[in-house]
Amino acid sequence: MSDWIDACALDDIDEEDAITFKHDGGYYALYRTEDDQYYVTDGLCTHERVPLANGLVMGKIIECPKHNGRFDFTTGEAKGAPVCVNLKTYETDIRGGRLFFKLD
Amino acid sequence: MTPTARDYSLVGRDSELAEQNGLVAADWYSVDIDRKEIKRLMRRSDSPAIRDTLIWLGLLLVSGAGGAYFWGTWWCVPFFLVYGVLYGSSSDSRWHESGHGTAFKTRWMNSALYYFSSFLILREPTIWLWSHTRHHTDTIIVGRDPEIATPRPPDIKAMLLNIFALVSTWKTIKALFLHAGGKLTPNEATFVPESERSKVYWIARLYIAILLGVVLVCIATGSILPAMLVGLPSLYGGFMAIYFGLTQHSGLAEDVLDHRLNSRTVYMNPIFRFLYWNMNYHIEHHMFPMVPFHALPQLHEAIKHDCPEPYPSSIAAYREIIPTLLRQLKEPGFFVRRTLPNGAEPVPHNPGAVFQTSS
Ligand code: FES
Repeated sequence: MSDWIDACALDDIDEEDAITFKHDGGYYALYRTEDDQYYVTDGLCTHERVPLANGLVMGKIIECPKHNGRFDFTTGEAKGAPVCVNLKTYETDIRGGRLFFKLD
Repeated sequence: MTPTARDYSLVGRDSELAEQNGLVAADWYSVDIDRKEIKRLMRRSDSPAIRDTLIWLGLLLVSGAGGAYFWGTWWCVPFFLVYGVLYGSSSDSRWHESGHGTAFKTRWMNSALYYFSSFLILREPTIWLWSHTRHHTDTIIVGRDPEIATPRPPDIKAMLLNIFALVSTWKTIKALFLHAGGKLTPNEATFVPESERSKVYWIARLYIAILLGVVLVCIATGSILPAMLVGLPSLYGGFMAIYFGLTQHSGLAEDVLDHRLNSRTVYMNPIFRFLYWNMNYHIEHHMFPMVPFHALPQLHEAIKHDCPEPYPSSIAAYREIIPTLLRQLKEPGFFVRRTLPNGAEPVPHNPGAVFQTSS
């Protein structure tokens, strides 16, 4: 069973930035690229569970603010030490100027 | 609990106490700073580090060439002094900044500088990447942080020997042989993940091969000049690394979840700041480790209202550090309590650990 979650208005996220979204006890990171593509991943770093959205978005990379672990947020791929475990990603949709993502 | 001195190993009693007391990978105090502002300060740029690296490498080349040219005369001394400090001390801050991935915007430049400067400072890059990661997670948490430079009571003899990196180099040489044989120490095994270990072993073998190569060239040429250029500068030029490094945390609180209480921000002159790449803004660095060295002075301005008074100079910092360390020889429970602007209290933990001079 999967649910579509209404996460935020598109303008809530600055260009090339990310915000944290909390839902039902879970942390999610919502991303907007420079060319207005939107992505959603788990919100906590797989290294030491630090909120990723406080880190820097560079292109398709989110860099964790704690130890500079990097993930490709479009695929969730961990890009090397100190992050060794990939990030979970979620399917997104845009409806009426809002960002939705699918929880499974 | 029986009164005892602190146990600084990562697999001992205080490691368990840190866990029990919620000090492991805990939430740390962070000065409230506008989100856009901190993101702006975190932005990467290649140019400041390219400029500084070219100057650094240029000076290394000129001073090294001068030392070699005047070898056998007293004129080589000032050249090797400069070369040694650039090689054996400045490499510390280059290692550090590139390890955080903040020196350059371009990833491969960070990696290149990281491996190069790791060799100069004689640190194994993989081990130290992970040990420094832990240092940032659990800064000066006893039993967790592998980079506590001055445990209580401090080992003054080792500190003096380390002015010329003697103890640290000896430890590195022993570690290189251990790692080259495919083993880690129990402490290292707590912070180096399985997937990274083969890299540790191969790099140790490479370091040994390079250092042995230098020894062989010295034997073949009948001169220690090659070692004066590669290898020995990590020792004879290491004194500024310890001079800068001890200002970071020595004598301050342990087991507090607030970098304002366990780290020092010290104003330094432009030459020191070039050599040390602005790591004198150490509270700022620990609180926001992804802010590059060139933005730390701006970060300092942004958060200083909520931090203790910075030390006006490194001499001023040492006026506090030296008496504190000497007092800790007899009174290991003593530490410097920094005064916070809002009067917040330090949060001491590990209540089971009572300080006594170990006999
Ligand atoms: S917590 Fe994210 S890299 Fe360590």
